[in-house]
This record gives sequence, structure tokens and C-alpha cells, in this order.
Amino acid sequence: MRLIDYANPTRFLGLSAALLPWLAAVTAITFAVGLYMVFFVAPADYQQGETVKIMYIHVPFAWLSMFCYMTMAASAFGTLVWRHPLADVSAKCAAPIGAAFTFLALATGSLWGKPMWGTWWVWDARLTSVLVLFIMYLGLIALQETIEDPARAAKASAILTLVGVVNIPIIKFSVDWWNTLHQPSSVFRMGGSTIATSMLVPLLVMAVAFTLLFLVFHLMAMRNEILRRRIRAMRMIEAAGAE
Amino acid sequence: MSTSVKRLIGRSLSLDRGGRRVLQDLSFEAVAGSALVVTGSNGAGKSTLLRLIAGLLRAVSGEITVDGGDPELSIPQQCHYFGHMDALKPQLSVEENLGFWRAFAGTPDDTVIEALDRVGLARLATLPAAYLSAGQRRRLAFARLLVTKRPIWLLDEPTSALDAASEARLLEIVGEHLAAGGLVVAATHLALPFERMDSLRLGPSVVEAA
Amino acid sequence: MSALSSLFVREMKLATRVGGGALMGALFFLIVVTVVPFGVGPDLNLLARIGPAILWIGALLATLLSLDRLFQADRDDGGLDLILMGETPLELVVLVKCLAHWTATGLPLVIASPVLAIFMNMEPVAIGATTLTLAVGTPALTFVGAIGAALTVSLRRGGLLLAILVLPLTVPVMIFGVSAATAAVQEPVPFATPFSILAALGLFSMVLGPIAGAAALRFAGD
Repeated sequence: MRLIDYANPTRFLGLSAALLPWLAAVTAITFAVGLYMVFFVAPADYQQGETVKIMYIHVPFAWLSMFCYMTMAASAFGTLVWRHPLADVSAKCAAPIGAAFTFLALATGSLWGKPMWGTWWVWDARLTSVLVLFIMYLGLIALQETIEDPARAAKASAILTLVGVVNIPIIKFSVDWWNTLHQPSSVFRMGGSTIATSMLVPLLVMAVAFTLLFLVFHLMAMRNEILRRRIRAMRMIEAAGAE
Repeated sequence: MSTSVKRLIGRSLSLDRGGRRVLQDLSFEAVAGSALVVTGSNGAGKSTLLRLIAGLLRAVSGEITVDGGDPELSIPQQCHYFGHMDALKPQLSVEENLGFWRAFAGTPDDTVIEALDRVGLARLATLPAAYLSAGQRRRLAFARLLVTKRPIWLLDEPTSALDAASEARLLEIVGEHLAAGGLVVAATHLALPFERMDSLRLGPSVVEAA
Repeated sequence: MSALSSLFVREMKLATRVGGGALMGALFFLIVVTVVPFGVGPDLNLLARIGPAILWIGALLATLLSLDRLFQADRDDGGLDLILMGETPLELVVLVKCLAHWTATGLPLVIASPVLAIFMNMEPVAIGATTLTLAVGTPALTFVGAIGAALTVSLRRGGLLLAILVLPLTVPVMIFGVSAATAAVQEPVPFATPFSILAALGLFSMVLGPIAGAAALRFAGD
């Protein structure tokens, strides 16, 4: 069987039904291991105390906010170039999940920031970029929800998604520039490479767990969307055949 | 029905639209139980006359009166207007569309399901109106005349977009309304097969507005 | 179900279903508020000071831009003709349509404003005061905006014209809304005075909007 055969929605439904329970089980086990490590193995930070543990969910959320967008971009590419029958389903279903993860990244960042900065929100370059990404997600969802015909909605949002991909580096760069212009780097930043191994391992396990969770949600949402489209098609046939 | 309208009378009506006189000194009389069929070429003012009776346009001179009817209500409030537009919301289901007009437009008559059954759309009650074909939309719009009771029916090209079977069904319903003592003013270029019919022919009006 | 309650239910259904755009106003609100720091800079003290004004401007724009289809959708599909012919007074129809529009579009703005106030680094008292003034003031914006929506009902590009027509009329609401919100944090000025005037403006526009809107709709058919 070639890879393209999985593009058949019926085959996809069968395959995903078989795969989902296993994937869900692996996700649950990874979460169990990850959460155990976070609470019982990872040390508390000598400066931040237990607050640092927000990091173990905040960083995976932030990572997934990008990962979801890349999934959508790849799907958008599939929609526009190969007219892949599952690509627009995948793109549409990733958007709300991505928006949710991005929102959680912002919310946990805010909760983490309150004890660090003494305020719920600062216009730090990193947070601001994530906020712009969040707005882009909401815009994409709004576009998909406004166009009733799935095929047209898919093409329009695919174009916007790809424009977003091109723009994300520019947005990131300009936000960084805007930010340093106004406030020199006095704000707290998490040192990427200086993190201790005892913290890095639980963080990576949590990141894998959340990525698996995304896959589970994404597959479930795609199944729902395929079934929803079938119901829509059946109702239109019913309307046409009612005479 | 003590409040039934016996006659609908228009006296020397004149009306301008966009600086042009569309109706000039027009008089007509429609009698209950008989359809007044308004004919004329495009632009002769058929739709304008119906919109005038419906109170959606105002005449420069002349008056419209009714003989009988509910003294509490204005003439437009006793009219059903079935125009070119269907007044349907594609996001709402067939029964939601019709149910709204039943609740909104005054004295209820047929239930939603009865009315849908009469126009042959009962099976589609729960579907969104967006999925309907042009003819189905037209019939759903017509079902609005059945769910609330109004004695005067103003029909503007009632059979457009309908196939032969639907057209026959619609004309049958109009015939039933006439038989029950209803009053119908229909603008059309087709021959309508009613037993009792009066006709009003509008000529092309080229008179410049004063 | 009475005519007006069925109208309210229908308007809510239309707003919340596909393409209804009930939350689009809140999204626009979010974007307007987010864009401001890019213009004025991320100075938290400055943002806290101008926060109530920014929230009010955002809510004003979001309300006005969402109003252009208030009557136009009904006119386009012929439903407005039937509403005009109905026994229900047109003023009450306009009132109910405004209330439904506010519930679907204005209320989400009020609910979103405390969250957006956090972006503006506002203090809890200022957040509470601004949310309260928006809760009282946004219905006034909807009612005044409905006049513009009725006047531009037959125009193809009515949306921008609506904003042009209505923005001057919303100036009093804006002035007393922002003064009440800022009075809550700046000491000597009392909160109750501007807030009472704001509430009065809301009640006044609740009468003026439906009457003027209904008059405009009656002439739109001619």
C-alpha cells in the first residue's frame, strides 16, 4: 500500500479508529511518567521555588503553538498543491487545537510572569509574538467559520496560512526590534542552554506527552470533520431528492 | 368570518418612482372570491401596484380602501405579500424559517407542518434552507401565506421558478383561498386558471412626472 | 411565543450560527487593543493610564463595524418588507433587534474587556470600573449605531458610511464612559457623576435609537 492510499477518507477512518486507542494509551503513559518526574524528580528552582514547575506545561504549550501552525502550513500546502482530500480536513482541525494551546501558553506564561515580574502581562518580545500568533489562529478560524462551503473555505484559509508562514519570521523580527527599541533586555528570559539536565529530561518528556496529546486530538477532530462533511453531503442529497 | 374583506378598491392612483410617473390615474376593484389578475409588459407597473397596496410605496394621489375587514388593522396588515424575494434565512432550518413568520406575522392559521405538507416540503422540515433549490425556496416562501391568516393575497409572479407540478399545487391553494372568500391580486404574464377572474391591464406609462 | 420574543430568538440563532459573526466583534476588539502598544510602545505605566480610553475606542469601533448588516440582511432577502407590513410596531422591532445584537456582539466585548485590560496593565479597580462602564455604555453605542444602520440600509457600501454618520453621535457616550472609568482610579473626581450621566445617555438612546431607526426604515422602501 502506498502512502497516497491513506488519503482516502474511508481508509483514514478505518485506520485512525484502529490507531486511536493505542495512541491514547501511549499518551496517558507518557503523561504519567512526565508528571511523576515533574513533581517528584525535578528540583525546585533556588530562586523561583515551586513556581518553576509551570515551565513544564508552559514550554510544551509554546512549542505546540508553533508545531500546530506548521502542521497547518504543511496541510495548506497539500490543499493547494496536491489537492489532497484529507489536507484541508487536517488544516481545519488543527486550527482550534492550535489556538487552544497558544491560549494556554499565554495563560500559563501570564501566571508564571506574575510572581516573576509582579504583573500579569509585559510586552516582552516573546509573549508579544505568541499573542500575534494567537490572533492569527483566531483569524483563520473565523475565516473557516464564515465560508459555508468547505472546499472554498479550505482554499481561502490555506492561502492565509501560507502567507502567515512567510510572515511569521518578519513578525518575530519586527517585534524583537520594537521591543529592544523600547526596553533593553532587562526582563527575565529563560536561558535555553543553561538548563540543568534534571530539569531538561522531565521537560522533554512533557513535550513528547503534549505532542502525543495533540496527535490524539487532531485525529479525533479529523474523524469528526469527515463525518460532519458526510452528513452535510447526505442532507444536500436528501434535499435534492425530496420531490 | 365577520372581518372578511369583501372588496379592495383603488381610486385614481398615481405614483412616481425616480422622477418617472409609473402609475397614472389608475382605478381598480378586487372582489372577494375572485382573482384580480394584473397583466402588462415589463415596466408597466405591476409590481409597483402590488407594493403600493402592501403599503411599501406611497401614492402621489388617490386612495385605497377596503369594504369590510378588521377596522383595527391597516390594509397592509391584512395583506400577504408574495414578492420576488423569498425572505428566507439560509442558516435557519425550513421549519425555523416558517415558524418565525408564523409567530411574527399575526393571527396563526395552519401549523408549520401542515403548511409544509401543503406545499410538499414536509420531509425537508429540519434541513437548513441553504440546501433548498430555487423552486423549493419559492414554495417555502409561499407556505408563509398559509401559517398566518390574512384575507388579501398579493402575488407577484407567483409561479416563477416552479415546475409544472408545483405550479399546479400552488394554484390549487390559491383557488382554495378564493373559494373560502379570500381576495387575490396577482401580477403575472401567464394565464391563470381560476373560475372567477377579473383582469386589469396596465399599459406602458411614458408620462413625465409633473 | 410572542412576535418579539420569536424575533429575538431568531436573531440570536442567526448571530451564533455559521457566518453569523457574533464573536467577530470581540476578535476585532482584541486586535485593536493589541495594536496600540505597537504604536505607543510597551511602557506599562503609560498603557495603564490610557488603558480605559483604548478599551473604549476598541469597543466603539467593534460595535459600529458589526452593525452594518443589522437591517441590510433583512432588506436583501425581502424580510424587511414583511416586517414593515406586520402588526408589530417597527420601533419595537428595532429595539428587539438591537437588544439581540448587543447580546450576541456587545456582551462578548464586555466579557472580554477585563482580559484585555490585563494587557493594558490596568489596576483591579480600573478594570472593574472600565468593565462596568462598558456594560452600561455599549448598549447605548448599539442603539445609536442602529440609526446609522437604518439610514444606510439600502447602500451597498454602507459600513464605512455608517461609522462616519454615527461616530459624532457617540461622542457623549465616549466622554462620560472614559471619564467614569478614569474617575474610579484618580482620586478627587467622583465616579458616580459621570457614571450616572452615562447611564442616562444609555436610557435616552434606547428611546431615540428605535424611533429614529424605525423612521429611517419606513422611508427606505420608497
